[in-house]
Amino acid sequence: MNWVEPGLYHYLVIAALLFCLGLLAVLSRRNGIAVLMGIELILNAANINFVAFSYYVTHELGGHVFVVFVILLAAIEAAVALAIVFAIYRHFHSVEVPNVNVMKG
Amino acid sequence: MKFIDVLRTVGFYLFALMTVVPAFIVVLSRNIQRSVFALLFTLFGVAGLFLFLHADFLAATQVLIYVGGVLVLLLFGIMLTQKMVGGDLRSGKIQFIPTLVAMVILFSFLLFLIFQTPWHSKGPADFDQTTTAIGTLLMTQWVLPFEIASILLLAALIGAVSIARTRRTSE
Repeated sequence: MNWVEPGLYHYLVIAALLFCLGLLAVLSRRNGIAVLMGIELILNAANINFVAFSYYVTHELGGHVFVVFVILLAAIEAAVALAIVFAIYRHFHSVEVPNVNVMKG
Repeated sequence: MKFIDVLRTVGFYLFALMTVVPAFIVVLSRNIQRSVFALLFTLFGVAGLFLFLHADFLAATQVLIYVGGVLVLLLFGIMLTQKMVGGDLRSGKIQFIPTLVAMVILFSFLLFLIFQTPWHSKGPADFDQTTTAIGTLLMTQWVLPFEIASILLLAALIGAVSIARTRRTSE
């Protein structure tokens, strides 16, 4: 097997790396917006996997349709989450996640 | 190996580096604005990888929605919530070392799974133009999820506006 030419494994490794980096951002960043960026990284990793499997394994376009839905969900998630971040900023005057530790409205 | 194949391989690795290296900056940089601009390169790199997988429609959608929509939204979020003049654009990390160790373990586990599993790869597909086929699929086989997604979009729009609105009367 030729390991230099790009194949399915290359895309899977890139996606795994992006997923781990995104999860690292979600779990360890203090800033709420940086946490959102981590979520975007995770969704992009999933998208790469969908498209790679569609291209190399199934040879159908179902994966592409699913990626369209994931991109749509990512846009929705960004809009709603940023609205929540703004509400948190108005209430706590900070978007640092560790400062938000009371649930009283 | 023909010249065009060499060119394609080199291009693939360039886009892979363009995806992965800025992703490290997104996670590790203390400056939140630098993170956003690194995320720009990562999203463009993912669009390039989509092109290498013959997903032309998705590459265009990626650039339009992520770079044109989500990233601008994130930039707005940063500019509205950070005190630019006070210089507290820096933002640290919590519990970084244990999370890093856990992620390294998770990544090696994923690598193990990727190289263990027989994927039944049939080789590259010969997708021609995907836009027409995706449109047909969205209107036939996936029409119910498509409609539900539009309802979800409407609900999210209303929800985002009602969360972000300032309630002057109640306070």
